Amino acid sequence: MSETAKKKTPLYEEHVRLGAKIVPFGGWLMPVQYTGILEEHQTVRNNVGIFDISHMGQLIVGNLAAAGWLNTMLTNNIDKLEVGQGQYTFLLNERGGIIDDLIVYRIGEQKFLLVVNAARTDEDFAWLNRHLPAVEAVAAATAREIRIDNRSADFGGVAIQGPRVAELFHALFGEDIDLPPRNHIIKLGFAGTNVSVARTGYTGEDGVEVFFRAQDAAEFWNAALDKGKPFGIKPCGLGARDTLRLEVCYPLNGSDFSPERNPIEAGLGFFVDLTKPNFVGRKALVKTKENGSAEKLAAFRMEGKGPPPRPHYSIFRNGERIGEVTSGTLSPSLNYGIGMAYVSAPHAKIGTRIDIEIRGQKFPAIIEKKPLYKKS
Amino acid sequence: MNVPDDLLYTETHEWIRREGDNVRVGITDHAQSELTDVVYVELPKMDRQLNARESIAVVESVKAASDIYAPVKGTVVEVNKALEADPGLINREPYGQGWIFVLKIDNADDLKQLKDATAYRKQIG
Repeated sequence: MSETAKKKTPLYEEHVRLGAKIVPFGGWLMPVQYTGILEEHQTVRNNVGIFDISHMGQLIVGNLAAAGWLNTMLTNNIDKLEVGQGQYTFLLNERGGIIDDLIVYRIGEQKFLLVVNAARTDEDFAWLNRHLPAVEAVAAATAREIRIDNRSADFGGVAIQGPRVAELFHALFGEDIDLPPRNHIIKLGFAGTNVSVARTGYTGEDGVEVFFRAQDAAEFWNAALDKGKPFGIKPCGLGARDTLRLEVCYPLNGSDFSPERNPIEAGLGFFVDLTKPNFVGRKALVKTKENGSAEKLAAFRMEGKGPPPRPHYSIFRNGERIGEVTSGTLSPSLNYGIGMAYVSAPHAKIGTRIDIEIRGQKFPAIIEKKPLYKKS
Repeated sequence: MNVPDDLLYTETHEWIRREGDNVRVGITDHAQSELTDVVYVELPKMDRQLNARESIAVVESVKAASDIYAPVKGTVVEVNKALEADPGLINREPYGQGWIFVLKIDNADDLKQLKDATAYRKQIG
């Protein structure tokens, strides 16, 4: 994609004004850091940080038969959701491979908000539309009763994450307003407009994700930075977002997932409800579950001093190649190299000693329990 | 960005300080700022003989690994061991304690191929 074709979020000018380093990501021009990845990372672990997540996609699925149909498109069970509640789930292809991982919120009895990965928004939207029930196949024109809207361009969003998020939330919305419970979404008034606040995040800290009309983005961003000053708020970029999520082993689509990988081998079977009679990819997952997966997504840490692990580095055990790194970094909280990798199942057990090949040299590492970082 | 007048520079963002028959080499302020927080440095091997533009060391930030190149033909006679314990020196003092290695140069005339501060400033805009 050419530079001119890259999209800018409604907060782009704010990032430039703050001196952010801008990089292309998933078709967007996004801030990778403002002052430094390590500093921004520690801000989220110790105080509170704010991230632009306006690049993420918002799809709204609604009308009469939405719930029943959507439950055949996603792996988790949306029947378990009350209005205002969300869940992590997968959109799979017929082979059980991961098209996208997303959060689906039930925002009405038959109305759902899907928050999806930026780079997959168009693909998810097209996939869902292609799988609408054919008009001739169902009675009473069910197809026409399901509406899917891609509202991504209409909304901006920020993630506010860190142990001081509750204080900032009250400073922004009022002392008497309660935070939504974990994974729930609520509508709140802010400066004469409505915003949606969800108790979710991608950092391993307590946090909220706030969605607002694109034209209100700069006002909300600046209000949060201003009201967050007493709590040590800093704007944080994609660099810190990546180190934070990797420490708690949250996978990243495109790195840890692909259409060739399924949720079972990624160790995320918890978000797949195989008791549902039917959903796209179900047959393939049942088979994987019966036969066991050949490879598993494992977390590891480097032992001793060495270069940080990176995606695509090869993994060896006793000289035999057993896998490949999908995500890797130096952990700012732990101060050693960490990562995730698909390794052949017999070697994926916690405590297995492995070697990671970096520029022709092997460095020792060990398979660890997820998450790699836990708040003390 | 700080580009000292008394140093020479390469297209690949190394700086070079002449010290008699030797040159001291590091990466520029611009380079460290582009790389962001340096978290690991793979130092050159002592006594290694190198041609100009040969890859000699690796500087790793949180985001990526970047090769460092020999600015001219020569032999490695000193490496900055302090970077093993504190790689952030490259960010904090790119032209001082953050130096990476010293080369004994084969031919002082080779230095004429390098950029002066004005040319390097022009390159980085």
